[in-house]
Amino acid sequence: MNEFPEGLEKRLAARGVNRRDFLKFCSLMTATLALPIRYQPKVAAALAAATRPALIWLEFQDCAGNTEALLRASRPPIEKLVLDILSVDYHETIMAPAGKQAEKSLLDSVQANKGKYLVVVEGSIPTKDNGVYCTVGGRSAMDIARQVCGSAAATISAGACSFYGGWPAAAPNPTGAVGVKDLMPGIPLLNMPGCPVNVVNLTAAVVHFLTFGALPATDQFGRPLFAYGTRIHDNCERRAHFDAGEYVQEWGDEGHRKGWCLYKMGCKGPATFHNCPTVRYNDGVSWPVGAGHGCVGCSELGFWDTMSPFYRRLPDVKGFGVEASADQIGVAVVAGVAAAFGAHGVISAIRAQRDPIAKHKDGATPVSTEDTPQAGKGA
Amino acid sequence: MLRREYIWQVPVRLTHWVNVLSIVVLSFTGYYIGNPYITVSNSEWWGVYFMGTVRYIHFLFAFIFVASLALRTYWAFAGNEWASWRNLFPFLNVEGRKSLGDAIKYYAFLRREPPEVIGHNALAGLTYMFIVALYFVQVFTGFALLGQYNPSGLWYKLTGWIFGLVSNQNIRELHHIIMYLIIVFALQHVYSAFLVDSEEGNGLMSSIFSGFKFLSKDLADRVRAKR
Repeated sequence: MNEFPEGLEKRLAARGVNRRDFLKFCSLMTATLALPIRYQPKVAAALAAATRPALIWLEFQDCAGNTEALLRASRPPIEKLVLDILSVDYHETIMAPAGKQAEKSLLDSVQANKGKYLVVVEGSIPTKDNGVYCTVGGRSAMDIARQVCGSAAATISAGACSFYGGWPAAAPNPTGAVGVKDLMPGIPLLNMPGCPVNVVNLTAAVVHFLTFGALPATDQFGRPLFAYGTRIHDNCERRAHFDAGEYVQEWGDEGHRKGWCLYKMGCKGPATFHNCPTVRYNDGVSWPVGAGHGCVGCSELGFWDTMSPFYRRLPDVKGFGVEASADQIGVAVVAGVAAAFGAHGVISAIRAQRDPIAKHKDGATPVSTEDTPQAGKGA
Repeated sequence: MLRREYIWQVPVRLTHWVNVLSIVVLSFTGYYIGNPYITVSNSEWWGVYFMGTVRYIHFLFAFIFVASLALRTYWAFAGNEWASWRNLFPFLNVEGRKSLGDAIKYYAFLRREPPEVIGHNALAGLTYMFIVALYFVQVFTGFALLGQYNPSGLWYKLTGWIFGLVSNQNIRELHHIIMYLIIVFALQHVYSAFLVDSEEGNGLMSSIFSGFKFLSKDLADRVRAKR
């Protein structure tokens, strides 16, 4: 028997996955893609017939967190993803070959599938000093990314680091780390930030590509709208507590135990676009806010710098010695101005006593004129 | 002898007081939205949707404030000489520059009497240039933040491009800081009006209710010549 029969459904059947489970998977993907349910048969038909496209997974300046997320994928389980839906030709963490053989399989796949394969990039790409801060097999990340992403059918940048640079790009960005969109503007690219990327979304993006032959519609940051089209705050399970004005005041207080809103604890849900509240993580078990911790805004541009401090509502205002909050500065400025005008008023009052202004004018008493009928009698 | 002359037309006074009311309401509601310092109990009738109501009032008065700004902007072109946009840029003409210098000297105690003017003094006009700029930044950042509730909606289409340049958290912080700058302006504005009213005896305080100011014969004649 052919180990890899044509068509996903047949391959899954060969592994003991029945049609019912296959259709459940198709329904999940249709729902995640925010498609109307009538698309479910289309998705199923496309997947049933899909030939296994080659996938190359590149890791650069990363923590392998997105790989970890992938390894915990349960819909479909990782072995199905690797063996049945996609032909994962290169993934440093899970591939069998090592060393020169591994690099050879990368080059082989790029050459054999030119213009037809998918690339997932994980980790940022350092550009300072010719990219010496990240090399694989003696080649810089810049070099590899340009070659591999440059002749791919589409590139998916998975996680915050390959989106804009992520943690390595946090100020002062010592390695000059950038994301794929900064290194190679204009290539067919889908940004799927998050720390880590949600594998359900990643799989759904691949399914979208297999079904429609194109990447899904994106926002101004190149993020697919199906996963990044609405704010976390607007779908949050704690939103009712926000609207009611019920907030956790400190960790472990009564409100925290009751599951109230984490707004005052610095939750960045109101500033972050992601579908975490609906899709959740780890087989839909939970997600940060569900677990009682505020969102840190990991799917937003520059989140290490712009979303911190993670436990305060607003960023600190830099340039005031010790980092100060906008409120501290605002109140100090208002108080200072009020004091200055108070002092000015006292001096003006003393001057008015010593040197009355009437002496400087020919008539300070307002008097009405006969030809202004609206005017009342003067003093 | 001072003569009573009509200076501030109805749209000037109307938008002034609508702005005052809006700024007070928007500041209190806006501060609460940024830092919900009132703990509510949902066993009170007003407690079940407290933040929601505060946000609703904030957005409502934001639209009222925008309508007021739109009317005032129109009137800056359609109104009389003392309502004109030219008052925001007193440094553009010779008379304005002299009046500006005199006003600065007066506030610095280098000159006894404030410069006598028909409409705004030049220094006040200059502060309005800054405050109008702050109003427009505040309105823009406010609508940008509002628009995020629906990225395919009208407001986000008009304002969402800013988030490609500045993170929404920094926009939020700017919106917050400008509130304090507007409060600083209000302090200055009320104090200066109080000072000039009591020193000059021109009825400045009542003029923003009635529209009439008391002017010396020279200036009153100029007002009548314009009429």
